[in-house]
Amino acid sequence: MSAATKSKYTKRSDGRKMDELRETEAKVGIIPTADGSAMFRTGGTIAIAAVRGPRILHPQHMQNPRTGILRVNYGMMPFSVSDRIRPGPSRRAQEVSKVIEWALSEIIDLSEFKSNVVDLFIQIPQADAGTRVAGINAAAMALAHAGIPMKEMASAVAIGKLDKTLVVDVDKSEEDYKDGEGSTDIPMCFLSRSGKISLLQLDGKISPEELKQAVEMGRKACEEILKIQIKALKEVGK
Amino acid sequence: MVEKDKDTDSSKAKIKVKADSREIVVPGETIVSGEQYLPGEGVYRDGEDIVAARFGLADVSDKLIKIIPLSGVYIPRRGNVVIGTVTDIIGKGWLLDIGATDNAFLNVAEVPRYINQNEMPEHFNFGDSVVGKIFSIGGRGIDIFVKNRGHGRLDDGLLIKINPNKVPRVIGKEGSMVNVIKDATGCNITVGQNGVVWIKGESIDDEVKTKKIIKFICDNSAINGLTEKVEDFVKTMDKGK
Repeated sequence: MSAATKSKYTKRSDGRKMDELRETEAKVGIIPTADGSAMFRTGGTIAIAAVRGPRILHPQHMQNPRTGILRVNYGMMPFSVSDRIRPGPSRRAQEVSKVIEWALSEIIDLSEFKSNVVDLFIQIPQADAGTRVAGINAAAMALAHAGIPMKEMASAVAIGKLDKTLVVDVDKSEEDYKDGEGSTDIPMCFLSRSGKISLLQLDGKISPEELKQAVEMGRKACEEILKIQIKALKEVGK
Repeated sequence: MVEKDKDTDSSKAKIKVKADSREIVVPGETIVSGEQYLPGEGVYRDGEDIVAARFGLADVSDKLIKIIPLSGVYIPRRGNVVIGTVTDIIGKGWLLDIGATDNAFLNVAEVPRYINQNEMPEHFNFGDSVVGKIFSIGGRGIDIFVKNRGHGRLDDGLLIKINPNKVPRVIGKEGSMVNVIKDATGCNITVGQNGVVWIKGESIDDEVKTKKIIKFICDNSAINGLTEKVEDFVKTMDKGK
C-alpha cells in the first residue's frame, strides 16, 4: 500500500462527507399487534422489525430447557429493489438471519424464559445497500420495546472502502464502484456499553491497517446511531 | 491503547436520573452510580453503576432501584388472579392459555367439588374462559386454583384484552379506579392480571360503555390525576347520549 498513489474516489455521489451518515430516522411502536416493533431508515434503506414473545417454542424438539432462544427471520420484500426478488427464504436471507441472530444474542438474556422463543421478524420494504445493519438497528429497538431483558443496546453501520478511500454508510451506487481497487463492504455492529463488536463481515480486499481504521470510523458512526435509537425509544414511552 | 479506552468510555450512555422522579430508560443506560444503591428488578450492577437491563420507567424513590415495565408480555406472579382459556383437557386437569410464556394447569383437585374424570368437559370445556388464581410457579409450570368467590367459568358478559402492563392503572390504588367504573355503569368487572378483563352488566350498552372507559384509561395511563380525568370522561359520555 503506497501512500504516493492517490485514491480515485475523492467525492461522494450524494455530496456527503466521507464520515457522514445518510439521513437517518427511527420510530418505535409501529406495529400494534406485535409485542415490540420499530422502524429504522437510513437514506433509501428502510428496515422494519417486529418482536413476538417470549412464547412457547414449537416444534418441541427445538426447545432448550436451560434458556430461551432467539429466532430471526430476515426477508426482503419483492419490490424492495429494481429487479423483483422472489419471495420466501433464499440462501442469502437465511445467512443474514443467522448473522443478525448471532449479533443480537450477545445483548439479550433469555435465561428466565426456559423452553421459550423470541421471534424477531425483519422486513426490508425498500433497499439501497446496508440492509442487514439497518435490520440490526431496528431489531435492537424492537427487542427493547418488547421488554426483553437486555444488557445493552446494539448499533450497526456499514463502512466501505472505495478504491483507497474509507467511507461511512455506503449506498448501492457506492457498493457497485469499480474503479481502482474497487469497493469493499464491511458491515459491523457495536454494543452500546461494553463497546464490543458482535458482527464484522468483509466483502472485498482491505489491508489490516485500513481495517483498524474502518472499525474506528464505524465506532464513531454507531455512537450517532445509538443516540437516534435512544431518542426514538424515549419518545414512545411518553 | 489509551485512545481505545477513551472510545469505550464515550460509547457508554451517561444520562443520570434525578432522585424522586421517574424517567424512561433504555437497556445499557446508567440510572445512578454509587455503592449505596441496590439493584432491584430489571437492573444490574456494573462496577459502581446501576444499569438498566430492560426498557421502562426507572424508579429511584428508594435505595432499591427498579424498573417498571411499559410493554412486553405478561410475567406471572404467585397470587395473581388471571382469566384463561381452556386449550386442552388432560388426565387430571385442564390446560389454560393465560397469555404468559407457559401454559397454566388447573388440577381437578383444585376445583371446589368432586369431579368424575369422565365428566371433566361438562365443567370446563375447550374454549371456555375461566377465572382462577395462581398458587405456584415451579419448574413444571404454572398451577392455578378456582376455589375462591368469583372464580370459575364465565358464561356470559364481555371479555376484552388490554396491555397487561396497564392493569395496575385500570384497578387503581386499592381498587379506586374499578369502583369509579362500577359506579358509572353498574357493571361487574373482573380484571385479570394477565390483561384480560371480564365485564358483566345489565345490558350490552352498559358493557360497551365500560369497555370505552377502560380503553380511555389504557390510552391515557401516563397522565397524573387519572381518576379525575376518567370521571370527567364519564360525564361527557353521559352528556353525549
